[in-house]
Amino acid sequence: MKLKQLALAACTALVAAGAQAEGLKVGMITTLSGGGAGLGIDVRDGFMLAIAQSGRTDIEVVIEDDQQKPDIAVQLADRMIQSEKVDVLTGIIWSNLAMAVVPSAVAQGKFYLSPNAGPSALAGERCHPLYFNVAWQNDTLHEAAGAYAASAGYKNAFILAPNYPAGTDALTGFKRLFTGNLAGEIYTKLGQTDYAGEIAQIRASGADSVYFFLPGGMGISFLKQYADSGVNLPVVGPAFSFDQGILQAVGDAALGVRNTAQWSKDLDNPVNAAFVESFQAQYGRLPSLYASQGFDTALLLISALESADVGDQDAFRKALEAADFASTRGDFAFGANHHPIQDIYVREVIKEGDIYTNKIVSLGLEDHGDVYAQNCKM
Amino acid sequence: MSLILLAEQTLNGLQFGVMLFLMAAGLTLIFGVMGLINLAHGSLYMVGAFAAAGMAAATGSFMLALIASLVAAAIAGVLIEMTVIRRLYDRDHLDQVLATFALILIFSEGTRWVFGSFPLFLDKPSFLSGTVTLPFNVEYSVYRLSLIVVGILVAIGLFWMIAKTRIGIRIRAGENDREMIGALGVDISRLYTMVFALGAALAGLAGALIGAIQSVQVGMGEPVLILAFVVIVIGGIGSIKGALIGAILVGLTDTLGRFLLPQAFALILEPSQATSVGSSLASMSIYILMAGILLFRPKGLLGGA
Repeated sequence: MKLKQLALAACTALVAAGAQAEGLKVGMITTLSGGGAGLGIDVRDGFMLAIAQSGRTDIEVVIEDDQQKPDIAVQLADRMIQSEKVDVLTGIIWSNLAMAVVPSAVAQGKFYLSPNAGPSALAGERCHPLYFNVAWQNDTLHEAAGAYAASAGYKNAFILAPNYPAGTDALTGFKRLFTGNLAGEIYTKLGQTDYAGEIAQIRASGADSVYFFLPGGMGISFLKQYADSGVNLPVVGPAFSFDQGILQAVGDAALGVRNTAQWSKDLDNPVNAAFVESFQAQYGRLPSLYASQGFDTALLLISALESADVGDQDAFRKALEAADFASTRGDFAFGANHHPIQDIYVREVIKEGDIYTNKIVSLGLEDHGDVYAQNCKM
Repeated sequence: MSLILLAEQTLNGLQFGVMLFLMAAGLTLIFGVMGLINLAHGSLYMVGAFAAAGMAAATGSFMLALIASLVAAAIAGVLIEMTVIRRLYDRDHLDQVLATFALILIFSEGTRWVFGSFPLFLDKPSFLSGTVTLPFNVEYSVYRLSLIVVGILVAIGLFWMIAKTRIGIRIRAGENDREMIGALGVDISRLYTMVFALGAALAGLAGALIGAIQSVQVGMGEPVLILAFVVIVIGGIGSIKGALIGAILVGLTDTLGRFLLPQAFALILEPSQATSVGSSLASMSIYILMAGILLFRPKGLLGGA
């Protein structure tokens, strides 16, 4: 299952001699097979699109499939650091894999740019000068959802998430800014596909709204079963269960649902418009949240490479910290713990022609960082 | 906790159980008759779901989609039986596990090649959507109710086939003494292919029926496969009746465990602690059930003496 891809050939000796910097080797470890492959493929495609558009021939990208397994991700990281001699690692989708790879990679002096996973441990006490998160801290979208549910006037929410660290983070994040009561709180089994039992409890709970964090296929199953259950309470969720990649599989069941995201296809800025158009032209599908995160990660990397050489670690770190690039999500800056400070939007699922997609309805949280930054000492 | 909620959860458990039965019946038949451990059974479930989603997208008809799932899974079953599985009957179980695990990988990546990495859409037919009010004011999904009915009908059909028809006699004979029925002039390899196709078709049907309320994606078969193995171990490997009892036990234990355990812990612990301890224990409940049953009946409830 080796998927090695030399995106852009190493430059010729002549060009290398003429260039001021020596170029850069990126190792991308992401999920390209199994049930979670859609996310990794989107991150990879967004990332490679930005590299191709930059026209730079001195960035070499080595891509490997982690199969969503922590042990394989660790092996790949070791190989990339020791034999491929990459300068920068990126690509990991899942928080449990990130926790297995990132601390040792940065301890070995490699930069790590996260295009997706943002576990709270790496944002707080275990933050690191060489670790940057270009997506979000895990809690962020859930906090925005809690704030939105409160502002929408919901007083009695039923909340559920899978029973694993990111699920606990999600419900913690939601509760942080939600001011109403909880009609019920359920942790489901990770990878669960049948939610009849949970939906029955929602029906009996007397809640006025439902909040759920069930990424990927879990969310598809939940929404289809919820729509068929005759429970008509309004649903709120983070963007992960309403993303471009899975909306077509959910169908009408998702229409009208409000969800929170740092990005949307219709976000009005020139970088995003060009990104959406070129992604569609290149790959024949609409970009997802994950694709935008991959794209922004590459833009950040390119911007740093333009002002510093990766061989000079301090200078390169400062160049990354500056985040001097125009992102697909508009204003973007890093907080003290190298996690984004950004706007979070409330989106609504709509149907455009035959395609289900999202449109922005309001700004949820402005210039939002995370609460773990205060524990970060670096 | 109201009785209505308890009744609804019991129906959910029953529905989960009969769908597990569709998977487990094929698995236990194949093991009983041919002595083969087929890890790729989950892949046949996936093939059924994808075939149904493809047919539904092309024609818009759910009935045609169900037929497509039966046919596609049966064909896939016949193909792998004739090319790969047939060579494994005389090997030991480790070889069978390795080869059928390889089939899982081939099916998963092959499906991704054909259909892509993103989940497909498959919806239940409109005449089965919505809810119905059952006696005692229990509101229940029409589709789930029809799943229970379909599952029970299939179970009755299987029992009838095995008890009353010629092929059923051969299957029972094959379970008891493979060499002897070969010596009596039954074409063993054709019987094996037929049993395998039947098991595959049942798995494919389950995939399509479940795909309509869950997500149709690569890798959807493996979690169900594990549960199906639990079911046949509890029921006694090779026994269809055992598979039915095991499936309903597992379905009820899992659903009611997830519902009742957190509530039970809430009596002695704080709410947030109770949910997390309760749901952790609930996800172990079927394995605890399996261990408990094996302790007293090492060959399963209806396993051969």
